[in-house]
Amino acid sequence: MSKYFIRLALISAAVMILLYISMQYLDSYTVMILENLGIFIILAVSYNLINGVTGQFSLEPNGFVAIGAYVTALLLLDKNAKLDQFMLSDPSDFILAIHSSFVPALLISGIVASLVAFMLAFAVFRVRGDYLAIVTLGFGFIIRIFAVNQSEYTNGSMGLSGISNEANLMWIGVFVLISITVVLNIVYSKFGRAMKAIRDDEDAAEAIGVDVFKIKTYAFMTSAFFEGVGGGLMASLLTTISPEQFSFMLTFELLIIIVLGGLGSISGSILGTIIVIAGMEWLRFLDEPNFFSDTAHPGLRMVVFSVILILIMLFARKGILGNKELWDIVKVKK
Amino acid sequence: MIALEHITKQFGGVVAINDLNFHVKKGEIFGLIGPNGAGKTTAFNIISGNYTPTSGRVLFKQQDITNKKPNEIVKLGIARTFQNIRLFDSMSVLDNVLVGFDSRFKYNLFEAILRLRRFFTQEEMFTKQARYLLEILKLDTHQFDNAKSLSYGNQRKVEIARALATNPQLLLLDEPAAGMNITESEELADILHFIRRKFNLTIILIEHDMKFVQKVCDRVLVLDYGKVIFEGSPQDMLQDEEVIRAYLGDFVK
Repeated sequence: MSKYFIRLALISAAVMILLYISMQYLDSYTVMILENLGIFIILAVSYNLINGVTGQFSLEPNGFVAIGAYVTALLLLDKNAKLDQFMLSDPSDFILAIHSSFVPALLISGIVASLVAFMLAFAVFRVRGDYLAIVTLGFGFIIRIFAVNQSEYTNGSMGLSGISNEANLMWIGVFVLISITVVLNIVYSKFGRAMKAIRDDEDAAEAIGVDVFKIKTYAFMTSAFFEGVGGGLMASLLTTISPEQFSFMLTFELLIIIVLGGLGSISGSILGTIIVIAGMEWLRFLDEPNFFSDTAHPGLRMVVFSVILILIMLFARKGILGNKELWDIVKVKK
Repeated sequence: MIALEHITKQFGGVVAINDLNFHVKKGEIFGLIGPNGAGKTTAFNIISGNYTPTSGRVLFKQQDITNKKPNEIVKLGIARTFQNIRLFDSMSVLDNVLVGFDSRFKYNLFEAILRLRRFFTQEEMFTKQARYLLEILKLDTHQFDNAKSLSYGNQRKVEIARALATNPQLLLLDEPAAGMNITESEELADILHFIRRKFNLTIILIEHDMKFVQKVCDRVLVLDYGKVIFEGSPQDMLQDEEVIRAYLGDFVK
């Protein structure tokens, strides 16, 4: 027991020191990539809990990220900024009244997202498999349409800007550690075992006493919480948000990440995020004029990146780590 | 212990079970016998709550459980195994059994997330109990193996261990000896007698291996096309003409 907490403290301290050093010595461009990477790790790890570990093929994250981003943005903007920005219609009294500082705003974002997930669970978990995917996909669209049309709450398609930029690398690092710890603690508990049991054989799980609906709802709410927090961090990092950022493409990108890393593997999701998010940045040199030609090739990195993805999926059908964790594989080799 | 009263189950026009009545006394090992398609597994699915009968009711310890959900029925003390083995393929043997303990764990989501003391004590306690169950079923050497990598006979035993983990009073075994050789099925017969005594169990089992049935069952019921054609001791069954005609055939000669 105390061994567990000592290990957790040591790892957290090491990561935070590393991030502090990075912030001091790396240039702002690299730090920006690391910040982006951190947010996507939070999103991918939590998305993997419902999609990989519990095996529920849901396509909801863009909806929850949008909720988180808007809640944080509306909480961080002060009254005058809101009155300035809301062009399409006047902000509602409720929107004007709410205000909080950074960390509470993030937590509220997470809680709002998971409450929405709780209500949504009653509707979406009536169906399984492909139908679940379609229903959750619909949810993402509803949230976006809400953001575009309810301009007294969201300023419509104009979006929100001037959100205070408090999401630095340290804060993102703290939330990355929290999300990974929470998700791993769930996976390595009776809840995680029940989630995997539902993924492997839902009927058998029910037949030996697993409350399938409850476990699915727990997974869904936990996912939604960290997607909400991730959305909040994103809003504060980018300082502007608009409905178009939270289209299905965001979900799609996360889906690529978790499938690439291995559905059900938390360390796989982290690895997948690094490959996809950092890979896209590091391949930028391909777009520039190079050794072979003097003209630039915008989009060439996307071609190369696609080829890399296809190659990885050809040789590792179940993703890089399958449903194993990095430490499982290391243990076997011993 | 358990009684089925006038159970009928229809799938569209097909009558899988027609007016089935039987009761099983506490502590009995009761055999459900019959040719393929006789409605044996359907009867199990009705008891375990996977199907609702078209008419009739199921009483468990005088309580009507006809319309309860599978996970509620497990909590009342009825556990089952499946004819086509349904283990959790991605998990180890030990984890499979631990899922069976799921409803007996007494920590909530926040205790798991914050890793409070109760999480550690409960995990330790139930892991110990799961290992004990695996020991009884002679699977302790396989506890960290992937469930899918075991032999067919051992996978059946993991299913039994997983069912025992739910702390049942009534155990439903669907063809427990299928895919086992003679030594293995004799060993299983001993194990069933042992766990009946150890855990005060009542057992209902479906089985085609008549030697196994004779060795294990106190009483049998023979079904044919959803109807009862015989009820009594396994020895008498082998002499019964209608059973021979419908099911056993040349086996006895």
